[in-house]
Amino acid sequence: MTIMPPRKHGDASDGVVGGRQTRFEGSLKVTGAATYALEYPVENVAHAVLVQSTIPAGRVLNVNAETARAAPGVLLVLTPEDDLGFTVASDWGGNRPENQPYYPLPRHVQFNGQPIVAIVAENREQAFEAAKLVSITYEEAPHVASLDDPNAGEGKLMGNLVFNWGDAEAALAAAPVQIEGTYSTPREYHVAMEPHGLTVKWDGDQITVWEPSQWSHGMARTYSEWFDIPYENVRLISPFIGGGFGSKGAALAHGAVAAFAARKLGRPVKLALTRPQNFTNYGGRAATRQTIRLGATEDGILQAIVHRGASETSTYADWPEQTGAATPILYKVENFSSEHRVVPVNTVTPGALRGPGKNPSSFGIESAMEELAYKLGMDPLELRLKNYADHDYQSGKPWSTRRLREALTEGAEAFGWSRRSHAPRSMRDGRTLIGWGIGCGTFPVLQAPSEALIRVLANGRVEVVSGAIDMGQGTYTVLAQTAAEVFGIPVDQVEVHLGDSRLPGSAIAGGSMLAGSILGAVHKAATAARDELIGLALNDENSPLRDTGANTLTFSEGRIAVPRGEGPSLSLPELMAALGRDEIETRRNTLPDGASAQEHHQAWTTMAKVQGPTMGEYSMHSWCAHFAEVRVDEDFGTVRVSRIVSAFDCGRLYNPRMVESQWRGGIIMGIGQALLEEGLVDMRNGRTVNNNMGDYLVPTNADVPDIQVISVGVPDYGASALGGKGVGEVGIVGVAPAIANAVFHATGKRVRDLPITLEKLI
Amino acid sequence: MRDFSYLRATSADDAQKAALQAGAVLLAGGTTLLDLAKCGVTEPETVVDITHLSSLDGIAVDEGGATIGALARMSEVADHREIKAAFPAVSESLSLAASAQLRNMATMGGNLLQRTRCSYFREPGVFAACNKRNPGSGCSAIGGVTRNHAILGTSDACIATYPGDLAVALVAFDATVEIGSRRVPVDDFFLLPGNTPDRETVLEKGDIITAISIPASAAARNSTYLKVRDRQSYEFAAASAAVGLEFEADGRTVRDIRVALGGVATKPWRARAVEQALVGKALDAETVEKASSLAMEGAVSQGGNHYKIELAPRVITRAIEQLGLKVGGLA
Ligand SMILES: Cc1cc2nc3c(=O)[nH]c(=O)nc-3n(C[C@H](O)[C@H](O)[C@H](O)COP(=O)(O)OP(=O)(O)OC[C@H]3O[C@@H](n4cnc5c(N)ncnc54)[C@H](O)[C@@H]3O)c2cc1C
Ligand code: SF4
Repeated sequence: MTIMPPRKHGDASDGVVGGRQTRFEGSLKVTGAATYALEYPVENVAHAVLVQSTIPAGRVLNVNAETARAAPGVLLVLTPEDDLGFTVASDWGGNRPENQPYYPLPRHVQFNGQPIVAIVAENREQAFEAAKLVSITYEEAPHVASLDDPNAGEGKLMGNLVFNWGDAEAALAAAPVQIEGTYSTPREYHVAMEPHGLTVKWDGDQITVWEPSQWSHGMARTYSEWFDIPYENVRLISPFIGGGFGSKGAALAHGAVAAFAARKLGRPVKLALTRPQNFTNYGGRAATRQTIRLGATEDGILQAIVHRGASETSTYADWPEQTGAATPILYKVENFSSEHRVVPVNTVTPGALRGPGKNPSSFGIESAMEELAYKLGMDPLELRLKNYADHDYQSGKPWSTRRLREALTEGAEAFGWSRRSHAPRSMRDGRTLIGWGIGCGTFPVLQAPSEALIRVLANGRVEVVSGAIDMGQGTYTVLAQTAAEVFGIPVDQVEVHLGDSRLPGSAIAGGSMLAGSILGAVHKAATAARDELIGLALNDENSPLRDTGANTLTFSEGRIAVPRGEGPSLSLPELMAALGRDEIETRRNTLPDGASAQEHHQAWTTMAKVQGPTMGEYSMHSWCAHFAEVRVDEDFGTVRVSRIVSAFDCGRLYNPRMVESQWRGGIIMGIGQALLEEGLVDMRNGRTVNNNMGDYLVPTNADVPDIQVISVGVPDYGASALGGKGVGEVGIVGVAPAIANAVFHATGKRVRDLPITLEKLI
Repeated sequence: MRDFSYLRATSADDAQKAALQAGAVLLAGGTTLLDLAKCGVTEPETVVDITHLSSLDGIAVDEGGATIGALARMSEVADHREIKAAFPAVSESLSLAASAQLRNMATMGGNLLQRTRCSYFREPGVFAACNKRNPGSGCSAIGGVTRNHAILGTSDACIATYPGDLAVALVAFDATVEIGSRRVPVDDFFLLPGNTPDRETVLEKGDIITAISIPASAAARNSTYLKVRDRQSYEFAAASAAVGLEFEADGRTVRDIRVALGGVATKPWRARAVEQALVGKALDAETVEKASSLAMEGAVSQGGNHYKIELAPRVITRAIEQLGLKVGGLA
């Protein structure tokens, strides 16, 4: 892979923040010293396993668990007969229906693979063997297996996902050049390396949950609501997580079951989902389908976009995978119409997966734009630049920053786009067809409050303390850098404690909102601690800096001194010793001053305070442009991605090394999405049959080409206190269409349904 | 997984005796066995570890051919200098299989006996019907998701693909499986599913594969294994071909050609019709393509795997072309 030299405008390498610090907790991870949720040594732990439905829809008539109860080692069997006494917990927004019962082991079966029975035994093997002895009789009901099921219907229109301006139908009808295409994406799964699971332990009415989490506070709230105990009684611990990609933001049915069993048994319980259960116990990305019609003038000026999309959801909750999320903001268009529907099918409710909404949306609009370019006989790069959106046509607001033009032009330059020959099938290397394609991506800037605590210790070490999560994206590293910068000390003098709901509240590690949020809080708390130190150093009678006449002090290279002055300089431990202080502690948050205790709680445990991209004066988003080269063996239909250049506008980069790694990760996932990933559903019983990592394919190292990433962003202080925009989600958005477009350029075949597997090309 | 006892065999006799007990299975590299035990397909009562038997892991190559001990590791054989020279297709079939970690663990004997990747076979808790697991229970795959299922050698009882690569190369070059003193040609070693898909090979309970021998031939020396799949590595074949080619002295006319297919059939599939169509012929693109299509005689599509009927002959064609070009016999 190519590592681009740091760029001036993008990474703002103007201090410790912005530097290419290596992963702060990296050595813990590579030496195995980092402890993951299921590895905590908990004494006397019992093991729970789940028995799942094998039908897609119906009712449980009877559970025969007698032999299972008598099997060796079995401690407890829970079935739909047992009243676990739960009521539905709050949703993301913090809204909680009153007294609505919640059945994590339901009688009413809504999808194949739904947990029905739980078995707890002395060890996991015993629990699994006992599980095989359970027999469940069902009354089956008709089911809808997937979005492709003939009985799926057209679904429900989501009123909040209807967008119209101008007169799209009329403008389309009048447009001299029109194209129409229907694009679809299959069910996709997170397949994080670390599977889901948890260990729970009760001490009286206090519960400790070790569970991989993208949001320790939000999940702690759910547990407290399920068990009707004060929030403070829950402690959720998740200092390291082996990948989440959107799947680890919420407490799930198996968590409720394990926690219930632990309380009932009066001993700790561990429940580790099997890999196949990671395909059924929480939802991946919903399958989507969208039809796009574009109208343009003969010289390629867009006149209208008409978009009609649908995604599958479960029969018990509406989760829209918004196929129209990127459609309205990528291009300048005066006439626009978009609708999105959800189609209930018998699946677990789908969930957020990297780049939710924007990702399939971009596959649609970015494929359609290239179809238009070929219809016009125009370079797809030129078409995109010609229709560049000077402002957000949806909200009418100006962009805060939008350097998508630079992403397109600098990306094209680095890729060598000008050497392209336009006609499909015109580039080859022997028998291998070569194709180039572009795909643009975007992800909104979401803003959320966070809180952080800074502790300066007598030995001069600085602790950063927050409940925020690092799931590999670099939270530890950038927070250490932030504190190091404020105190003018090396990064290794900083300690960072994360991933515990008892620690100060923070935004979710999701929606690319964490870094911008938590950095603001840490910076604020650290600055406050430094100010307190300055105050003490200038005023304390024992301070050597007292009589210098200065009204402030500098913190640089590990020394505290008078600005520009001679006079004494002290290290942090020396100053702490002179002041006679064991520690200095500050706790700060980014809520408005005077926020109530209830607002605090709400801020960390719900999404109620999250600000969308257009809630202020500007429209704020990250942007990217991917350039992909593919090599296609036409006889075999095999596609290999041979080169990718991607240019990003994510504002200021707090640590270019971490950011590049996130971008690359997103691009690699995008390669999987384009070429490999697809949950294969058996229409007869709604089961995803390739529910394991041997059959659900993601890219191997051999599938990862040379990837060059370029930053074209500038600090965006509207987007966040320190100028960054989100980086985690946007990397995948636009990769799949770039590859699909390259495949078209190579072969002349337009594949509109992902993934582009070999049978679609031979 | 339930409790089982573990027994480390110290002699072949020992192992055989132990393996005769009800519920006993042999353990070599364990990469298939553990996998199947975890998904509940195999429920051993006794695991008989044969990896400590000496003299079963040798690799001997001479002018007559190669004899490879059943416990030789996939990676050792793949990288063996003389195997690479005398049987490139065998070496390639191994190095294109599985992953480096698996190849370091897995043995030649175990490799032959790996079992189908049919998703329905592998999920007994959900799909009760599987004639291979439970004779007479039916076949869940027929009418289901069949993208990876076989088009050749199928029956109404079972359409599961034999997934391995090595055996495809072996069947092309007339290798034999040694079971103690018994020698069985690879082609006869594997059985068609017919009405008894649970019986995959001629092995009887207690039989231990001791070695694999491959006769030397000019065709084996000029051979290749071509494996086509969606992912670049670590995936079973969508279709693969082991091909060996020997020309007459004129350098153009085919004296001997071997063709076998993987990823498309219920057993390692020797494509004799293709061979017969090409022996004695001078190769050109059209002849090769026509002959390759003969491999699909009798192919049955299940819908999801229809593409294999298109793909497999192309894989044969390409493999022959690559070899032909290499020795200059193909214009
Ligand atoms: C994720 C994954 C991907 C894979 N991809 C590929 C691939 O692309 N291509 C490919 O060809 N293979 C592939 N494999 C299969 C792999 O090659 C086999 O698992 C391996 O070769 C089995 O060898 P082993 O020694 O580990 O066998 P074991 O698991 O030890 O044994 C397998 C079976 O053979 C029996 N057995 C073992 N040795 C003997 C003997 N000497 N005599 C009699 N019976 C014996 C055992 O009792 C058992 O039933 C893959 C496997 C996995 C898990
Ligand atoms: S194809 Fe064979 S292995 Fe698969 S379900 Fe049918 S009988 Fe079982």
